[in-house]
Amino acid sequence: MDEPLNLVLFSGTDDKLQAAAVLTAGAAALGKPVNIFLQYWALDAFRAEKIGQDHGLAPEAGSAGRAAVDDLAAAGQAPWAETLRQAKDLGEVDIQACSLSMDLLKLESTDLDPLVDGVEGVTAFYLNAGEGQVVFI
Amino acid sequence: MPVIEITQTVDARGLSCPMPIVKTAQAVKTLPSGAALELLATDAGSIKDVAAWCKATGNELVEQSSDATVYRFVIRKK
Repeated sequence: MDEPLNLVLFSGTDDKLQAAAVLTAGAAALGKPVNIFLQYWALDAFRAEKIGQDHGLAPEAGSAGRAAVDDLAAAGQAPWAETLRQAKDLGEVDIQACSLSMDLLKLESTDLDPLVDGVEGVTAFYLNAGEGQVVFI
Repeated sequence: MPVIEITQTVDARGLSCPMPIVKTAQAVKTLPSGAALELLATDAGSIKDVAAWCKATGNELVEQSSDATVYRFVIRKK
């Protein structure tokens, strides 16, 4: 359990971010460290003024998928940002913004939600990943 | 069977995966060693998840039961 789980989040839709948040919370509950690296549209979803908004779903969801996700939310499923907050309270979860994506989206650190711990490049990400698995979502 | 004294109950009924385990892990953190925690959940995944979490963390799953809708677990902190 010592090797971290390393998640590269690329997609910014709510379903993929929810899946990533569930993986993160599960690992945190087991005492497994988690490193999250935010790129492209996932980073965009972590903007302070956008994090609580509707980020849509992956194209394969369709209208039936949209209804299923809405049902789960109505039944009380926590939004992904809340699941990540709980995971951070519980365990060792480090969330870093990709510096290239920061440039791409013309973002400053102050534009991001406080869930994001900092900005780093891909080399630092690999260094922290150690021998742990890298998962791209 | 001796009656186990429950120190704390986590009511995770209605919560979806992984919240029953997250709430359990949060609660166990605050308990002293040897204390027993009761978890109530409706997530069907919790049957395998609670067993796996106990195995991985070294806490003991001392009781497990269910009725038609609710799963009940008692976990003793290592």
